Amino acid sequence: MKNYFEIENLKVDYKTYEGEKNVLDLEHFVLEKGKTFGLVGESGAGKSVLAQTILGILSRPPGIIKSGKILFDGEDLLSKSEKELRRIRGKRISMIFQDPMSTLNPVFTVGTQITRVIRQNQGVNKKEAFKRAVEKIELVKISDAADIMEAYPHELSGGQRQRIIIAIALSCDAELLIADEPTRNLDVTIQAGILKLIAKLQKELNVSVLFIANNLGLASATCDHLAMLHEGKIIEKGTTKEVLHNPRHPYTKAFIEAIPKDKNHKIHLEQIAKNNGTSLNSAGCPNINLCLETEEKCQEHIPMLKQFQGTHWVACHRVQENKEVNL
Amino acid sequence: MNETLLQVSALTKHFPILAGFFSRPVAWVKAVDNVNFEVHRGETLGIVGESGCGKTTLVNVLLNLMKPTAGKVIFDSIDLYSCSKKELRELRQHLQIVFQDPFWSLNPRWLVKDIVAEPLNVHLKLKPDETIKRVEELLDMVGLPKDAVFKSPHEFSGGQRQRIAIARALALNPKLLVLDEPTSAIDIFSQAQILELLKDLKERLNLTYILISHDLSVVHHMSDKIMVMYLGEVVEYGAADDIFNRPAHPYTKALLNAIPDINTESLDEINELKGNVPSAVNPPAGCRFNTRCSEVMDFCAGKKPLASDIGSGHTASCHLL
Amino acid sequence: MIHQAISWQTVAPRIKDLRETVYLLNRNKLTKAAILIIYALIFIAIFSPWLAPHPTHIMLDTNPQDKLLPPSTEYWFGTDELGRDIFSRVLYGTRISLQTGLLAVGISLLIGIPLGAIAGASEWYVDESIMRITDIFLSFPGLLMAIAIAAILGPSLQNAIFAISISWWPWYTRIVRGQAISLKERQFVKAAQAIGTPHLKIIFKHIIPNCVAPVIVQASMDIGGVILTIAALSFLGLGAQPPTPEWGLMIATSRTYFLSAWWYSFFPGMAILVTVLVFNLLGDGLREVLDPKTRKK
Repeated sequence: MKNYFEIENLKVDYKTYEGEKNVLDLEHFVLEKGKTFGLVGESGAGKSVLAQTILGILSRPPGIIKSGKILFDGEDLLSKSEKELRRIRGKRISMIFQDPMSTLNPVFTVGTQITRVIRQNQGVNKKEAFKRAVEKIELVKISDAADIMEAYPHELSGGQRQRIIIAIALSCDAELLIADEPTRNLDVTIQAGILKLIAKLQKELNVSVLFIANNLGLASATCDHLAMLHEGKIIEKGTTKEVLHNPRHPYTKAFIEAIPKDKNHKIHLEQIAKNNGTSLNSAGCPNINLCLETEEKCQEHIPMLKQFQGTHWVACHRVQENKEVNL
Repeated sequence: MNETLLQVSALTKHFPILAGFFSRPVAWVKAVDNVNFEVHRGETLGIVGESGCGKTTLVNVLLNLMKPTAGKVIFDSIDLYSCSKKELRELRQHLQIVFQDPFWSLNPRWLVKDIVAEPLNVHLKLKPDETIKRVEELLDMVGLPKDAVFKSPHEFSGGQRQRIAIARALALNPKLLVLDEPTSAIDIFSQAQILELLKDLKERLNLTYILISHDLSVVHHMSDKIMVMYLGEVVEYGAADDIFNRPAHPYTKALLNAIPDINTESLDEINELKGNVPSAVNPPAGCRFNTRCSEVMDFCAGKKPLASDIGSGHTASCHLL
Repeated sequence: MIHQAISWQTVAPRIKDLRETVYLLNRNKLTKAAILIIYALIFIAIFSPWLAPHPTHIMLDTNPQDKLLPPSTEYWFGTDELGRDIFSRVLYGTRISLQTGLLAVGISLLIGIPLGAIAGASEWYVDESIMRITDIFLSFPGLLMAIAIAAILGPSLQNAIFAISISWWPWYTRIVRGQAISLKERQFVKAAQAIGTPHLKIIFKHIIPNCVAPVIVQASMDIGGVILTIAALSFLGLGAQPPTPEWGLMIATSRTYFLSAWWYSFFPGMAILVTVLVFNLLGDGLREVLDPKTRKK
């Protein structure tokens, strides 16, 4: 069966002052239709780079796509021309950005911005576009949709702006939605509403969602499947339950351990404290400093993502030899 | 241990909105209204709230970076707003702050040594080698290497910059340290390290903390007592365990209910609050939370609720109690 | 305290910063060329009395028998109406122009920067007072100011510099005030206040060092502008007085012989052009380098 969305051997580098640095190295990545897939990692792990590469909006330079394929419904996005990509962007693949204030143009009304997108992607006239825009705003549960059309972004609250962004993202009936930390700048009490909205729309419109997050709690509540991204590589993936309740990779374990709990709980991250996370040795596994016990292999080869149990895959030498990994 | 270090009564700060040719106030932003609380020596008070709750204004007023509209703050038996300039200067040594932004809270053109030594240079007249010694001591305390002294902030990561800020705050052996969202802008691993460092320092140096954060897990990890704020007012106050396990105010309940953790399996388990945070210029009458409260009653918009004692120092301002 | 402030270890990072800035400046070919020409100009300014083939023609002698000769092997740029070697005089003029340019801009900066920083970072009444004074000075055109001062104090190069400085400083005050207003909200300023650092110390040690970048850009371009203004003033008889070999003055004197002795106005004119151009290019290069957004690391 042909996979709906599949990434193969994607390598993306960034050109810096000191030379080329690898920012993304994905061997294999699959998204099933109609499901929510979570991508969790720290800032700088490569999440936004991946999102931008999929949409073809990665600035190159400084970004360089060295190799790989992004197969969307059987076609390789990386081999498409800009013209073809423009037809896919917005129409079939859409993105919800992190910061609604900088994504919305402050000098145009919200209505103008939505109708512009609709007209561009659906080629309808002004009147029809206006009608559809109002529909979309109602879809994202903003009351007084007609009034909101006349409002400027700064007149709306953070939550409303984010809903507008979602409305724009969905205004062209996209099949694949990339949500890049959509609730990052929102209050916690508004967050749940936005997440539920995305989930509801996903079910109703049978949209596939790639949910990018840096918070495991969010990923746990929203995603069916999860992949942990660290320095451009996926080091663990599986169902949300597998990854979060039976983490195998030391980085995943450390990430979970780092979440503060109650007062009596001491966060045990002595290894990280000593070495500040990752080693600079480019030959071996970058996470070598997290582990108490390591092998020779860990110093020499970067581990590949291999199947551990069923849908649970881990990129760690010791795990692949069925040995325990302790922090 | 039980000595009251900080006593805040009826603290209020309203900002005027000026308009017209003569810049007359046409409206007031009621940023902080009638806040009361106490902090005891050796305690960590966590202040929790979302956008618009008045945390930032509260911090500015507490540190006398702004004068309040009304209210009193007594720090170590000295009235913060009516003491002499000399006393205030003296006081500043004991009341220090660590800010949120790891990049802009350190002067990017200064060297680390000057940044950490600034409090020493302002208040004490130390010889240069004494200053350097003290700076090295402080850097060591926060886990930074000695050679950091001659570097610039941009050579350090976010977590390390916060350590520099902590070193600076500790330079004069303060009694009370205000931490304004100290880990909100850094990654989760640095956050863990900083939190453990803060805990360690508190014990070693017998510090008292006021920790402000919108992240409940951070507050839960660090605090002895917690104060929940909404739209400029205190809605609930009590021991950390009481607040987390037996929240009384509907807003606190909503706040706790809204946060997913790794044990949350589906979105049905979390709930959002309807509506948006009202503007602080015209806050709702009566109980300010009444417009979004799921347990609102008819008279909630008419009368302002007073703080009711639920037992062992746990108070909440709600008509339901 | 002083020895601590200027110990090697404190200075070294600043020097490293400077070298990095110079390296980045040199990456742009145009800026690099401009910098080299500026080095040449400085060299000429310092050593002109020894470089000039006819050093006495600069200020002292006249040589009436060789008057108004076109460029030749002996007189590279020709001679003026008093037979003086224009080449030697143009060379020496470099010293005059650079000195006056740097001095006028320097004085303006010394007045303008602190005023702007104090205005931006202090209470509203301080801000208003300073800005009203600034507005008053801004409303006098530099030329008018120079004429007025020349009328009162007598025309001379020093008075021209004085006139330019007091009409130029408000621009810097404006720039710095804008920076200071946004800087005072920065957390490191709040931190300094929380520490108890005195207000003036905050202005001079925290705010001003962070305001300097756009001012440097403006100032380097202004050097060119000042040189032009001095030349214009001298042209009007309000600045340098004869026999000073100031470029503007030379052009003024050349007016009478404009059609017959083209070299007389051409070479000083070119000197002005080149000098102003390279300082403008330097300013452009500095802007590229100092703006954190365009500075590529």
